[in-house]
Amino acid sequence: MLWELFITFLKIGIVSFGGGYAVIPLIEYEVSSHGWLNASEYEDAISIAGMAPGPIATNSATLIGYKTAGLGGALMSTIGMILPSLLAVILLAAVFYRLKWSIWFRSTFYGLRPIVTGLILYAAIHFGFLNGKEGAITWATCATLAICAGSLYAMYKYKLHPIAVIAASGAVGIILF
Amino acid sequence: MGLPIDTIKELGRLFWTFLKVGPSSFGGGYAMMPVIERECVEKRQWLKEEEMAEILSLASTAPGGVGVNTAAFVGYRKAGIWGAVAAIAGMTLPTFVIVIMLSLAYLTWRDEPKVAAALKGVHAAVIALILMAAYRMAKAAIFDVATTCVTVAALLLLIMTDINPFYVILLGAAVGIIVVKGKQWFGIEVSTERKGAATSPQLLEPEYFI
Repeated sequence: MLWELFITFLKIGIVSFGGGYAVIPLIEYEVSSHGWLNASEYEDAISIAGMAPGPIATNSATLIGYKTAGLGGALMSTIGMILPSLLAVILLAAVFYRLKWSIWFRSTFYGLRPIVTGLILYAAIHFGFLNGKEGAITWATCATLAICAGSLYAMYKYKLHPIAVIAASGAVGIILF
Repeated sequence: MGLPIDTIKELGRLFWTFLKVGPSSFGGGYAMMPVIERECVEKRQWLKEEEMAEILSLASTAPGGVGVNTAAFVGYRKAGIWGAVAAIAGMTLPTFVIVIMLSLAYLTWRDEPKVAAALKGVHAAVIALILMAAYRMAKAAIFDVATTCVTVAALLLLIMTDINPFYVILLGAAVGIIVVKGKQWFGIEVSTERKGAATSPQLLEPEYFI
């Protein structure tokens, strides 16, 4: 079990370009194919991961590991997620000057950036509105949309700090839901 | 371990410095960069400002959170591989503890109606955070026909099929190389970054915000 968690998050860690939001769909894919969490537990896990400091992908790994195999599971999942960063940094520090202007390196990122954008968009759509919802317009859907729009506006227009947005949304959630 | 005492002290300093930086990374790497810069450049004078700028641009090309990567680079620069390990450990430990405490709280109180309602509110806010990240990434990523097509294709592929997103990411790297090499083959001028990116760090390193 511990080994499985480690290998799974190692694989996710290797491709977590762009900070981590992009691998949320990847984490969901693995979690559901291993049967680690059900849809609503997964939704809660990502919400909680967003509340803590640090990259949301690493936090989700910690949470999922903890939920499935206790403290050891949390540790193995987190290490799996971080190990590729460590190795990549050591490698990059050694060869970066030769790589920086290499057309291979640059064209890889030319293709990766739009893919990462697509993945993050998908994460937002899927995590937000398709996860186990019936598709009907309910009070809960409207409230979610309203809080989401309000948060976006506050962050974009007033540059409000994410933690303030999360705290406010939690409070609004208690009132609305 | 046979490490000299000075090295151990250096590793301790790295660990401690990033232990203090870690909790400031609420909402991702966004708020963290100025904090790391203040600690490493101004306060401890481990690095010059130019070195720090270079490390930041490197950190966004490695997989993983940009804050963790920056810590690893600084640690590696100061004390080699063990330095990188000490810095990453310092950076991750507070987050790890906070996440475990939040999970414990969740497992204890998740059936309370108020907690469940607050969590739904947070869920909506996290969607907004993800959308912000997508917007920032899109600003740097989408600037010509090919990049627009790749974004749309990736989104459609993910929505319509059950493909493992892992392969979508690998596919992206391959498409990037094919497009750039193909354009060069036909003698078409190709730019791999958005124009003006070099003068605007926000566009060059969108991952700062993630």
